[in-house]
Amino acid sequence: MRVMVIVKATKDSEAGLQPTDQALSEMTKFNEDLVKAGVMLDGAGLTPSSAGARVMFNGPKRTVVDGPFAETKELIAGFWIWQVKSLAEAVEWVKRCPNPMPTESEIEIRPLFEMTDFADASPETIARNQKLERDLHRA
Amino acid sequence: MTESATHRTIEAVFRIESAKLIARLTRIVRDVGVAEELAQDALVLALERWPTDGVPDNPAAWLMTTAKNRAIDRVRRHKLVERKHEEIGHDPELQPETPDLATVLDDDVGDDLLRLMFTACHPVLAPEARVALTLRLIGGLSTPEIARAFLVPEATVAQRIVRAKKTLAEANVPFEVPRGPELAERLASVLAVIYLVFNEGYSATAGEDWMRPELCEDALRLGRILAGLMPDQSEVHGLVALMEIQASRSRARLGPTGEPVLLLEQNRTRWDALLIRRGLAALARTEQLGGERGPYALQAALAACHARARTAADTDWIRIAALYATLAEVVPSPIVQLNRAVALGMAEGPAAGLALVDQIVDEPALASYHLLPAVRGDLLSKLGRFSEARQELERAAGLTNNARERALLLERAAACGSVPPIVR
Repeated sequence: MRVMVIVKATKDSEAGLQPTDQALSEMTKFNEDLVKAGVMLDGAGLTPSSAGARVMFNGPKRTVVDGPFAETKELIAGFWIWQVKSLAEAVEWVKRCPNPMPTESEIEIRPLFEMTDFADASPETIARNQKLERDLHRA
Repeated sequence: MTESATHRTIEAVFRIESAKLIARLTRIVRDVGVAEELAQDALVLALERWPTDGVPDNPAAWLMTTAKNRAIDRVRRHKLVERKHEEIGHDPELQPETPDLATVLDDDVGDDLLRLMFTACHPVLAPEARVALTLRLIGGLSTPEIARAFLVPEATVAQRIVRAKKTLAEANVPFEVPRGPELAERLASVLAVIYLVFNEGYSATAGEDWMRPELCEDALRLGRILAGLMPDQSEVHGLVALMEIQASRSRARLGPTGEPVLLLEQNRTRWDALLIRRGLAALARTEQLGGERGPYALQAALAACHARARTAADTDWIRIAALYATLAEVVPSPIVQLNRAVALGMAEGPAAGLALVDQIVDEPALASYHLLPAVRGDLLSKLGRFSEARQELERAAGLTNNARERALLLERAAACGSVPPIVR
């Protein structure tokens, strides 16, 4: 299964504080371990929300809101995509991750939907979804 | 933590650690069979203790220390026995070399993991034994999982593994990564084992299902681990590139009812962009290392041609035909020629493809290969020679063991003549 591993933002990451050399070196070591274990597929750190924007949807209306955004703990500071056998395996890997922030912080693990998750769907539903995806792509 | 949560944790920790444990233990005891037993002992001990004592802060270190201590005890016990034997006149020269245990404790476990891979894929073993042992020791699969993956009875796999361990011990296979000219040959064996696992998952040779994605993932993981351990070997990246790009199409290869969808008819929006990107990056790495003429690198370059084409009509068939021509020089094989014929048929027209197929039609190696009549049938049908085409496609259907593929071929045979050639 594939999981997205999400590093939550903190005041420091939102302030654009760069990690210390030691923190960076510890994280690099962890990333190397992930790569050597064949677990890491992708990953990146995100700039603070002050550099981003949101588009709010309300019926046909679109409202653009520029960052920064207030609710720091709900924001994302970085992510990985991992290939693991189970959620428990992802949890074990995350436990080995050095604290990504100088303060208290949080990492969230969310499995991605996979084809097998739709195994119970009828062939008609799957076909409709595939058509939808094609149409969406053409649009 | 509940007991079942603890068990899940132990299972996850063991999945991450077991290959490293077995690798390090083999270094100490010099026997993969004994090493695997010792690793299992450590697992059993964790299953006994952790539910009551709690999961240790560093579970990986706990497992490694526990297992290593047992291994060292075992080696010391054996030495003691040997010394007693010496006293009654045994030749000390015959003693096997034992490693300096102190150094074994500290150096990089990755080196041992690499040694374990080369040992499990040693040419002294039969190919199916290499596969079983690799999946068991490095992939961390259980015997029933391997049996299910290859659709053979559990007892067969169990026996294969036992025999393989015995063969390695009897042949006194050194626990090392070969050097010099031997390396290329032995590495080829490791890569072949990984690709065999991948292919068994990608286009199952037997059974009802066209694909077994879990097996593809296991092979990809092995390939990625190997690429991490041997970053300067171009063919390792070539194989990884090939597998990543092929795996990127997994979702598109199955139709709504599980039937196979051929490459050119696949919905490319369902291709996995992340795997394609990784595959192209691995291919670029291969080329940086000067390995673009390696057999896996060439196949990866071929797969990349398809991955880069936004639609089937955009495919660069001229480049594909040229890559197949190079591949035919590097690894002469009628199957490569057959693929080259397909590419030529697309680049220059069905007549050019058919001319090349007809040159290899009597190859004994292809006598029972279903894709030969399948390709020939396809080219004939494009030339409007429908009754010959139908015959070839039916012959192809009779030669495949895969139920899904057979159905597809029969469907194409039945369609021969019903589609005006201009539409094809």
